[in-house]
Amino acid sequence: MSAVPESEIPADVPELEPREGQQVRYTTCYMCACRCGIKVTLENGRVRFIQGNPDHPVNRGVLCAKGNAGIMKQYSRAKLRAPLRRKPGSERGAGEFEEISWEEALDELTERLRRIRAEDPKKLAYFTGRDQMQALTGLWASQFGTINWAAHGGFCSVNMATAGLYTLGHAFWEFGDPDWERTRYFVLWGTAEDHASNPFKRGIDQVKRNGGRFVAVNPVRTGYQAVADEWVPIRPGTDGMLAMALGHCLLRDGQFDWAYLVRYTNAPQLVVQTPGEPGDGLILRDEDGAPLVWDLEQEACVDGRQAEIAPALFGAYTAPDGRPVKTAMTLLAERYLDAAYAPERAAEVCGIPAADIERLAAELAHVAFEEAIEVPCEWTDWAGRKHDRFIGRPVSMHAMRGVSAHSNGFQAARAIHTLQLLLGSVEVPGGHRAKPPYPRPVPPPARPARETAPDTPLGGSPLGFPVAPEDLVVDAAGEPLRIDKAFSWQAPLSAHGKMHTVITNAVAGDPYPIDTLMLFMANMAWNSAMNTAQIQELLCAKDEQGAYRLPYLVVSDAFHSETVQFADLVLPDTTYLERYDCISMLDRPISEPDGPADAIRQPILEPEGDVRPWQEVMIELGARLGLPAFTNDDGSPRYAGYNDFIVHYERAPGIGFLAGWRGADGDKPLRGEPNPQQWQRYIDNGAFFKYELPLSQQFYKFANKGYLEWAHEVGFIGAAEPIVMALYAEPLQRFRLAGQGLYDGPAPPDATDAERIAAYCDPLPLFYQPLEERRIEADGHPAYPFHAVTQRPMTMYHAWDSQNAWLRQILAQNHLYMNRARGEALGLADGDWVWVESHNGRIRAQLRLMEGTQADTVWSWNGMGKQAGIWGLEPGAPEATRGFLVNHLIDDRLPAREGEKPLSNSDPVTGQAAWYDLRVRVYKAAPEEQGSAYPPSPTFRPPPGVENGPLALLRYATHRARELRRSLRDTLTRGGWQ
Amino acid sequence: MRLGLVIDLDTCVGCHACAVACKQWNTSGTLGPLSDYEPYGAAPSGVWVNRVRSYEQGQYPHSKTVNLPLSCMHCDRPPCVDVCPTGASYKREADGVVLVDDAKCMGCNYCAWACPYGARELDTASGTMKKCTLCIDRIYDTRLPEAERQPACVLACPANARHFGDLDDPDSEVSRLVRERRGYPLLPEMGCEPVNHYLPPRPAAASRPPAAAPAEAGGQGRAAAVQEWANRIVRR
Repeated sequence: MSAVPESEIPADVPELEPREGQQVRYTTCYMCACRCGIKVTLENGRVRFIQGNPDHPVNRGVLCAKGNAGIMKQYSRAKLRAPLRRKPGSERGAGEFEEISWEEALDELTERLRRIRAEDPKKLAYFTGRDQMQALTGLWASQFGTINWAAHGGFCSVNMATAGLYTLGHAFWEFGDPDWERTRYFVLWGTAEDHASNPFKRGIDQVKRNGGRFVAVNPVRTGYQAVADEWVPIRPGTDGMLAMALGHCLLRDGQFDWAYLVRYTNAPQLVVQTPGEPGDGLILRDEDGAPLVWDLEQEACVDGRQAEIAPALFGAYTAPDGRPVKTAMTLLAERYLDAAYAPERAAEVCGIPAADIERLAAELAHVAFEEAIEVPCEWTDWAGRKHDRFIGRPVSMHAMRGVSAHSNGFQAARAIHTLQLLLGSVEVPGGHRAKPPYPRPVPPPARPARETAPDTPLGGSPLGFPVAPEDLVVDAAGEPLRIDKAFSWQAPLSAHGKMHTVITNAVAGDPYPIDTLMLFMANMAWNSAMNTAQIQELLCAKDEQGAYRLPYLVVSDAFHSETVQFADLVLPDTTYLERYDCISMLDRPISEPDGPADAIRQPILEPEGDVRPWQEVMIELGARLGLPAFTNDDGSPRYAGYNDFIVHYERAPGIGFLAGWRGADGDKPLRGEPNPQQWQRYIDNGAFFKYELPLSQQFYKFANKGYLEWAHEVGFIGAAEPIVMALYAEPLQRFRLAGQGLYDGPAPPDATDAERIAAYCDPLPLFYQPLEERRIEADGHPAYPFHAVTQRPMTMYHAWDSQNAWLRQILAQNHLYMNRARGEALGLADGDWVWVESHNGRIRAQLRLMEGTQADTVWSWNGMGKQAGIWGLEPGAPEATRGFLVNHLIDDRLPAREGEKPLSNSDPVTGQAAWYDLRVRVYKAAPEEQGSAYPPSPTFRPPPGVENGPLALLRYATHRARELRRSLRDTLTRGGWQ
Repeated sequence: MRLGLVIDLDTCVGCHACAVACKQWNTSGTLGPLSDYEPYGAAPSGVWVNRVRSYEQGQYPHSKTVNLPLSCMHCDRPPCVDVCPTGASYKREADGVVLVDDAKCMGCNYCAWACPYGARELDTASGTMKKCTLCIDRIYDTRLPEAERQPACVLACPANARHFGDLDDPDSEVSRLVRERRGYPLLPEMGCEPVNHYLPPRPAAASRPPAAAPAEAGGQGRAAAVQEWANRIVRR
């Protein structure tokens, strides 16, 4: 950046911007999940300008379209103004609300929750959406004693998170990032726009400026793919196959990092080979549980955790007890080198020429091994050996929704991580780097809570990382204990829960009926639901006695969403500029690879109306209900409010929600006693805290003595021991054995579950056709030739909530996009209205033809269609009349099979919603059907306090403009420019 | 000085951050308010003086998506100034910035018709023409830290695709970028001599690694070969 030189600035330059009445405040953006630092200029109590905070580690001063539109969120007319109760006697969903006081609202809720807690706490299901306060909501749920809690990860990208945590001990986004500064080859899989919105744009620029290459694997050339040096138009749902074919080429050509795999992964560990017998496929261990490797010098099985041994990477050996064993690497190579994963086969599956796959693999190998980089720096490895440099493989990758929203997404994500490991490019200069508190042990040591009892907190968090069938949250008969059936045989590793199944299961009473569903910041009656129309019906479903099958629905949101419409009790939240918040080290912090970081929000505006931050409500409800963490021994509230709680609550001695300026004097980073001045220190520092690791601890963190010891001291990891990455995911094999009837422990009681567990819980990556697709084909339905997916629009992703008056001028109607040549071959023209039909239903949408779409794919922007009358929009808004949701076409269950219980349309390992497995056909709508979307959207009436009538004109300004005047002389001389 | 923008089409991902930052700053700035029509209605629109358009080049699968941010080019020969019947439109001698004197503007739209870049918009509420000022109320404001004396669009751009500076000064960053990246003005044939320049996408082949030819595909019996791979001694 350059500015006008001081010498060129005239002394008499007019003050065009009045500064009287202006103040600057720092806080954290919440227009999406990116968590950028913002510098907000206020003018007489209104927002003059929101800009990026130049010092902030996430965005370094830049700010996206959404962040720049914060003003229109703050002044959205969809803002809720007061607590609302569905009018007694009115039908749910009819929108008949009455305003009530907070006292009434909280009394009503407290009474209900108290009764539930005393009878059966799991009759409360509490699920949250786009929030980032899961450390608090999770604590609250476990204190309440319900296992039925999770956030939205199950329908977002849990496949990515789980695959990463079971493979590397970290993953993408919050867990790790490309080393933008040094990477020379960046592969982006399935990401149009992402959580890390601004960092990615900055990073891609950085890669390109350094002369690096950016390869984008995506069926659609929008978003980041627009500037990719190479676009790989892949068929949806086949990324795992491409990743494995690339691995096939690397292994075939001997292009893998032998030393890295031996030193830092479980590749040399010996795996028992006794098919059909218990113990098959488990890692060979000695009596102390140590994994064994074959030492080439000692020619014997030895404890694989030792330093200085010489483990065989490949080979078949015999265990001391006589059982045949092979190294994990051998099994991986056998899997990958099979013709099933050859480029020629992948070309058929993925629609990418085999020669391109060969070339991409050769390029990856070239950059990793021929263009290796070194960062000179003395560091000490886990065994105490000193090194004088970090070796770097400057290949990095990132993947998100496009890979994970498939029923084969967990294994696809595993395949991508495996590719990174083969290249030796994890936690190295130029590669993919973990963000503290990650890496953590593979997988992290937390197991999900299972036992519940009246008036009793859970023993731990409702979420965790199962490593064996014993960890599942099922009853003695093997049936699910959670309402979402997470951690059951249907989805053993559902580490983020399965929010997308809650309403269907609760209404069906499967596995049991619940009493109350509490939703925060989640639009489950609209764009966050599969099968939206049916979900709205289920929310209103009654039993034979006329009682709602879901007896009580509590919704907290700042805006009038579709889900608010169905609530029995609405608790209005504040906007992000009106409240305290923390982006906590205990949750999903804003860390960077060079050190941990966290952030706060502070109220910079007075809330409008009678609204309260949900955090404050949580703390108050906790105290009212007498939950131990929120009350003193005498039953009085322990905390004065949310910010008091944040400062004083300690999860373990010295460890709290905020990591910065701990200790009585604020001089203890990360761990120390509570500091009453902590909020102020954050505010003084621009609303964030960052701890930079010394360079010697910034790489190879999994095996870096300095880092591991420090991470242990500050409580990130339980012991300062090396973290061994899992090329071979042994926990999956324990489940598979259970599915095969070979496990000495719990086994799936249901034959379908057993079959699925045996097939998909594979300790090595594998590719299989997405489950719904396969059933549709087998059912002989009319052909559905297209894959249908959605892309995240950069101007709306995670900012759908306020239906922002500025952003909707950029995009207010979504279209169905199709490859031009393909569309023309079908006799379709740009602008036609077409029917889009799946096995689950049909919608009508307006078509756009374009080049940059893979030939077998149709797509649209996600979340753009709206229910008429919601979000302060006039009922005739294009979002409702011409826009549409693809969700209507998606079933939340797989096509049924006789004699089989209902199966969720999800990944069978993690339970991730398989949004993108959808197959459709597309045909032209009749002439009389042109011009409007289907299904038509019934118009909802706004609740008291929300306006959605006509508004012709909006003219926002914080002051009257000081106009630009042209002098008479200039006018007469025509400025001298001619 | 000839102040202007240099926009990098190699990194512009079409995110609209620049457009919204412009709207945000200027609605309370010298152009404000920038009216929004039917903000919650059937045909939402409004006054924006910086917009991003997207196009495709080439045919699938070799097509390319191009995002093109468009705002006033601050032309050296601005037709908008020529056609202005009231003298409201003017180009400043000192820095070349093209501005509108709101008090003299009668909203006749001639300038919008004359501009080949679509850079001027009529605000029907104020009855005057609105256009990019290069954030004239930021770039000379010495009360701002020097790093923030930038147009709002440049400040916001997450992809570092927007650069502001003096294109008369051969040593400025913008002049250097134009030189090194072969920057070009849009529609030079219109003869307006735009000051703003665009940087073309870097050639995709430039970043391709000189990878050795891959081994012959489809090797047979490789799984068996795994057993034969000599085990290298690598100490853990």
